[in-house]
Amino acid sequence: MAQSRHAVEKEQSTKITALVVDDNRINRTIHCRLLNNLGVENEVVGNGKEAVDAHCSGKKFDLILMDMEMPIMNGIEATRKLREMGNRSMIAGVSSRSMEEDIQEFIEAGLDDYQEKPLTMSKLISLIRKIKLNG
Amino acid sequence: MERNPMRRQLAIMRQSLFDQGYLDEQFIQLEELQDDANPNFVEEVVILYYRDSARIILNLEQALERKPFDFNKLDGLMHQFKGSSSSIGAKKVKAECTLFREYCKSGNGEGCTRAFQQLKREYATLKRKLEAYFQLARQAGPAETACCRKE
Repeated sequence: MAQSRHAVEKEQSTKITALVVDDNRINRTIHCRLLNNLGVENEVVGNGKEAVDAHCSGKKFDLILMDMEMPIMNGIEATRKLREMGNRSMIAGVSSRSMEEDIQEFIEAGLDDYQEKPLTMSKLISLIRKIKLNG
Repeated sequence: MERNPMRRQLAIMRQSLFDQGYLDEQFIQLEELQDDANPNFVEEVVILYYRDSARIILNLEQALERKPFDFNKLDGLMHQFKGSSSSIGAKKVKAECTLFREYCKSGNGEGCTRAFQQLKREYATLKRKLEAYFQLARQAGPAETACCRKE
Protein backbone atom coordinates (compact mmCIF):
# COMPACT_ATOMS: atom_id res chain seq x y z
CA MET A 1 0.00 0.00 0.00
CA ALA A 2 2.82 2.40 0.94
CA GLN A 3 4.56 1.67 -2.37
CA SER A 4 1.48 2.39 -4.51
CA ARG A 5 0.90 5.65 -2.62
CA HIS A 6 4.49 6.63 -3.27
CA ALA A 7 4.09 5.68 -6.94
CA VAL A 8 1.19 8.15 -7.22
CA GLU A 9 3.18 10.83 -5.46
CA LYS A 10 6.17 10.09 -7.68
CA GLU A 11 4.07 10.69 -10.78
CA GLN A 12 2.82 13.98 -9.38
CA SER A 13 6.36 15.00 -8.38
CA THR A 14 7.70 14.68 -11.90
CA LYS A 15 9.62 17.80 -12.97
CA ILE A 16 9.87 19.24 -9.47
CA THR A 17 13.44 20.12 -8.55
CA ALA A 18 14.94 20.48 -5.09
CA LEU A 19 18.08 21.67 -3.36
CA VAL A 20 19.16 20.04 -0.10
CA VAL A 21 21.13 22.43 2.10
CA ASP A 22 22.63 20.64 5.11
CA ASP A 23 26.10 20.33 6.60
CA ASN A 24 25.38 16.83 7.93
CA ARG A 25 26.28 14.08 5.49
CA ILE A 26 23.77 11.64 6.94
CA ASN A 27 20.90 14.06 6.56
CA ARG A 28 21.95 14.92 3.01
CA THR A 29 22.00 11.20 2.14
CA ILE A 30 18.59 10.56 3.67
CA HIS A 31 16.94 13.66 2.20
CA CYS A 32 18.32 12.86 -1.26
CA ARG A 33 16.99 9.35 -1.02
CA LEU A 34 13.57 10.62 0.05
CA LEU A 35 13.52 13.00 -2.90
CA ASN A 36 14.78 10.37 -5.35
CA ASN A 37 12.06 7.97 -4.23
CA LEU A 38 9.50 10.64 -5.06
CA GLY A 39 11.04 11.34 -8.45
CA VAL A 40 12.25 14.81 -7.47
CA GLU A 41 15.47 15.84 -9.20
CA ASN A 42 17.81 17.16 -6.57
CA GLU A 43 21.20 18.60 -5.77
CA VAL A 44 23.00 18.96 -2.46
CA VAL A 45 25.17 21.63 -0.89
CA GLY A 46 26.86 21.76 2.49
CA ASN A 47 26.02 25.24 3.80
CA GLY A 48 24.02 28.39 3.23
CA LYS A 49 26.71 30.14 1.20
CA GLU A 50 26.74 27.29 -1.32
CA ALA A 51 22.96 27.61 -1.60
CA VAL A 52 23.28 31.33 -2.30
CA ASP A 53 26.06 30.63 -4.84
CA ALA A 54 23.80 28.11 -6.58
CA HIS A 55 21.11 30.78 -6.89
CA CYS A 56 23.66 33.31 -8.18
CA SER A 57 24.82 30.84 -10.82
CA GLY A 58 21.29 30.82 -12.23
CA LYS A 59 20.08 27.50 -10.87
CA LYS A 60 16.38 27.35 -10.09
CA PHE A 61 14.72 24.97 -7.67
CA ASP A 62 11.06 24.49 -6.83
CA LEU A 63 11.96 23.42 -3.29
CA ILE A 64 14.86 24.23 -1.00
CA LEU A 65 15.26 22.09 2.12
CA MET A 66 17.23 24.43 4.37
CA ASP A 67 18.92 23.27 7.54
CA MET A 68 19.19 25.93 10.24
CA GLU A 69 22.60 25.46 11.83
CA MET A 70 25.45 25.27 9.36
CA PRO A 71 29.01 26.59 9.26
CA ILE A 72 30.08 29.51 7.04
CA MET A 73 26.49 30.67 6.49
CA ASN A 74 23.56 29.35 8.51
CA GLY A 75 20.05 28.69 7.23
CA ILE A 76 18.56 31.89 8.64
CA GLU A 77 21.12 34.09 6.92
CA ALA A 78 20.95 32.10 3.69
CA THR A 79 17.15 32.29 3.58
CA ARG A 80 17.23 36.03 4.19
CA LYS A 81 19.82 36.53 1.46
CA LEU A 82 17.96 34.35 -1.04
CA ARG A 83 14.75 36.33 -0.50
CA GLU A 84 16.63 39.62 -0.84
CA MET A 85 17.93 38.37 -4.18
CA GLY A 86 14.40 37.60 -5.33
CA ASN A 87 14.47 33.83 -4.93
CA ARG A 88 10.91 32.50 -5.11
CA SER A 89 11.53 28.83 -4.37
CA MET A 90 9.51 27.19 -1.65
CA ILE A 91 12.03 27.28 1.18
CA ALA A 92 11.28 24.75 3.90
CA GLY A 93 13.33 25.04 7.04
CA VAL A 94 14.36 21.67 8.40
CA SER A 95 15.88 21.63 11.85
CA SER A 96 15.99 19.74 15.12
CA ARG A 97 15.47 22.99 17.05
CA SER A 98 12.23 23.09 18.96
CA MET A 99 12.53 26.42 20.80
CA GLU A 100 9.88 28.78 19.50
CA GLU A 101 12.13 31.82 19.36
CA ASP A 102 14.71 29.94 17.26
CA ILE A 103 12.06 28.77 14.83
CA GLN A 104 10.41 32.21 14.72
CA GLU A 105 13.62 33.90 13.61
CA PHE A 106 14.02 31.25 10.91
CA ILE A 107 10.44 31.74 9.71
CA GLU A 108 10.80 35.52 9.68
CA ALA A 109 13.88 35.19 7.47
CA GLY A 110 11.52 34.08 4.71
CA LEU A 111 10.52 30.43 5.09
CA ASP A 112 7.38 29.07 3.47
CA ASP A 113 7.29 26.07 5.77
CA TYR A 114 9.11 24.55 8.69
CA GLN A 115 9.55 20.86 9.43
CA GLU A 116 11.20 19.38 12.48
CA LYS A 117 13.94 16.86 11.81
CA PRO A 118 14.15 14.10 10.98
CA LEU A 119 12.40 14.65 7.68
CA THR A 120 10.07 11.80 6.76
CA MET A 121 8.33 10.73 3.58
CA SER A 122 4.96 12.07 4.77
CA LYS A 123 6.46 15.47 5.66
CA LEU A 124 8.09 15.69 2.26
CA ILE A 125 4.90 14.69 0.47
CA SER A 126 3.04 17.48 2.26
CA LEU A 127 5.67 19.98 1.01
CA ILE A 128 5.37 18.73 -2.57
CA ARG A 129 1.60 18.95 -2.41
CA LYS A 130 1.95 22.57 -1.32
CA ILE A 131 4.17 23.28 -4.32
CA LYS A 132 1.63 21.67 -6.66
CA LEU A 133 -1.22 23.65 -5.09
CA ASN A 134 0.65 26.92 -5.47
CA GLY A 135 1.38 26.02 -9.09
CA MET B 1 5.92 -15.45 9.30
CA GLU B 2 9.46 -16.08 8.07
CA ARG B 3 10.04 -19.69 7.04
CA ASN B 4 13.81 -19.32 6.77
CA PRO B 5 15.27 -19.87 10.29
CA MET B 6 17.98 -17.30 9.75
CA ARG B 7 15.49 -14.68 8.62
CA ARG B 8 13.37 -15.54 11.66
CA GLN B 9 16.36 -14.97 13.87
CA LEU B 10 16.99 -11.69 12.06
CA ALA B 11 13.41 -10.58 12.62
CA ILE B 12 13.68 -11.40 16.34
CA MET B 13 16.97 -9.53 16.61
CA ARG B 14 15.48 -6.53 14.82
CA GLN B 15 12.40 -6.48 17.04
CA SER B 16 14.53 -6.64 20.19
CA LEU B 17 16.39 -3.50 19.10
CA PHE B 18 13.06 -1.66 19.20
CA ASP B 19 11.69 -3.39 22.30
CA GLN B 20 14.85 -2.62 24.29
CA GLY B 21 14.73 1.02 23.22
CA TYR B 22 17.87 1.11 21.13
CA LEU B 23 16.02 2.15 17.98
CA ASP B 24 12.92 4.18 17.25
CA GLU B 25 10.54 4.83 14.36
CA GLN B 26 13.16 6.74 12.38
CA PHE B 27 15.01 3.47 11.70
CA ILE B 28 11.83 2.17 10.08
CA GLN B 29 11.76 5.30 7.90
CA LEU B 30 15.25 4.37 6.68
CA GLU B 31 14.15 0.79 5.99
CA GLU B 32 11.29 2.12 3.87
CA LEU B 33 13.82 3.94 1.70
CA GLN B 34 15.59 0.66 0.92
CA ASP B 35 14.61 -1.15 -2.26
CA ASP B 36 16.00 -3.46 -4.94
CA ALA B 37 17.97 -0.59 -6.49
CA ASN B 38 19.46 0.33 -3.08
CA PRO B 39 19.41 -2.94 -1.12
CA ASN B 40 22.00 -1.83 1.45
CA PHE B 41 20.80 1.71 2.00
CA VAL B 42 20.20 1.34 5.74
CA GLU B 43 23.61 -0.20 6.40
CA GLU B 44 25.29 2.47 4.24
CA VAL B 45 23.66 5.24 6.26
CA VAL B 46 24.57 3.53 9.54
CA ILE B 47 28.21 3.23 8.39
CA LEU B 48 28.19 6.97 7.62
CA TYR B 49 26.85 7.46 11.14
CA TYR B 50 29.73 5.46 12.65
CA ARG B 51 32.27 7.59 10.77
CA ASP B 52 30.63 10.87 11.73
CA SER B 53 30.24 9.73 15.33
CA ALA B 54 33.89 8.72 15.65
CA ARG B 55 34.95 12.20 14.55
CA ILE B 56 32.51 13.98 16.87
CA ILE B 57 33.40 11.77 19.86
CA LEU B 58 37.08 12.54 19.32
CA ASN B 59 36.33 16.28 19.16
CA LEU B 60 34.27 16.01 22.35
CA GLU B 61 37.04 14.15 24.15
CA GLN B 62 39.53 16.83 23.17
CA ALA B 63 37.15 19.61 24.21
CA LEU B 64 36.55 17.93 27.59
CA GLU B 65 40.30 17.87 28.24
CA ARG B 66 40.48 21.65 28.10
CA LYS B 67 39.69 23.52 31.30
CA PRO B 68 37.62 25.51 31.90
CA PHE B 69 35.00 23.83 29.75
CA ASP B 70 33.75 25.75 26.75
CA PHE B 71 30.10 24.80 27.23
CA ASN B 72 29.02 26.51 24.01
CA LYS B 73 31.49 24.46 22.01
CA LEU B 74 30.53 21.26 23.82
CA ASP B 75 26.86 21.97 23.22
CA GLY B 76 27.51 22.65 19.55
CA LEU B 77 29.34 19.37 19.12
CA MET B 78 26.64 17.45 20.94
CA HIS B 79 23.96 19.12 18.81
CA GLN B 80 25.67 17.58 15.77
CA PHE B 81 25.87 14.16 17.41
CA LYS B 82 22.26 14.32 18.51
CA GLY B 83 21.18 15.25 15.00
CA SER B 84 23.00 12.32 13.42
CA SER B 85 21.77 9.91 16.09
CA SER B 86 18.22 11.11 15.63
CA SER B 87 18.47 10.64 11.85
CA ILE B 88 19.19 6.93 12.17
CA GLY B 89 16.76 6.33 15.03
CA ALA B 90 19.38 5.80 17.73
CA LYS B 91 16.94 6.37 20.58
CA LYS B 92 19.10 5.75 23.68
CA VAL B 93 22.10 7.59 22.24
CA LYS B 94 19.86 10.54 21.41
CA ALA B 95 18.55 10.59 25.00
CA GLU B 96 22.11 10.73 26.37
CA CYS B 97 22.92 13.57 23.98
CA THR B 98 19.91 15.49 25.34
CA LEU B 99 21.07 14.93 28.93
CA PHE B 100 24.58 16.10 28.10
CA ARG B 101 23.20 19.28 26.52
CA GLU B 102 21.13 19.98 29.64
CA TYR B 103 24.31 19.81 31.70
CA CYS B 104 26.01 22.16 29.22
CA LYS B 105 23.17 24.67 29.55
CA SER B 106 23.43 24.62 33.34
CA GLY B 107 27.25 24.81 33.23
CA ASN B 108 27.62 21.51 35.08
CA GLY B 109 31.03 20.18 34.08
CA GLU B 110 30.87 17.04 36.22
CA GLY B 111 27.48 16.23 34.79
CA CYS B 112 28.86 16.64 31.27
CA THR B 113 31.74 14.30 32.00
CA ARG B 114 29.45 11.65 33.50
CA ALA B 115 26.90 11.97 30.70
CA PHE B 116 29.62 11.69 28.08
CA GLN B 117 30.91 8.43 29.57
CA GLN B 118 27.37 7.01 29.59
CA LEU B 119 26.82 8.22 26.04
CA LYS B 120 29.96 6.43 24.85
CA ARG B 121 28.74 3.22 26.50
CA GLU B 122 25.33 3.49 24.84
CA TYR B 123 26.92 4.27 21.49
CA ALA B 124 29.31 1.30 21.76
CA THR B 125 26.44 -1.03 22.65
CA LEU B 126 24.32 0.16 19.74
CA LYS B 127 27.23 -0.15 17.33
CA ARG B 128 27.90 -3.69 18.48
CA LYS B 129 24.25 -4.69 18.15
CA LEU B 130 23.84 -3.10 14.72
CA GLU B 131 27.03 -4.69 13.42
CA ALA B 132 25.75 -8.10 14.54
CA TYR B 133 22.36 -7.36 12.97
CA PHE B 134 23.77 -6.40 9.59
CA GLN B 135 26.18 -9.32 9.62
CA LEU B 136 23.27 -11.69 10.16
CA ALA B 137 21.26 -9.85 7.49
CA ARG B 138 24.06 -10.45 4.97
CA GLN B 139 24.19 -14.14 5.90
CA ALA B 140 20.42 -14.48 5.71
CA GLY B 141 20.33 -13.04 2.20
CA PRO B 142 17.67 -10.79 0.68
CA ALA B 143 14.12 -11.00 2.02
CA GLU B 144 11.22 -12.09 -0.18
CA THR B 145 9.64 -8.69 0.41
CA ALA B 146 11.44 -5.35 0.36
CA CYS B 147 11.38 -4.84 4.12
CA CYS B 148 11.51 -7.15 7.09
CA ARG B 149 8.40 -6.04 8.95
CA LYS B 150 6.74 -6.95 12.20
CA GLU B 151 3.84 -9.33 11.33
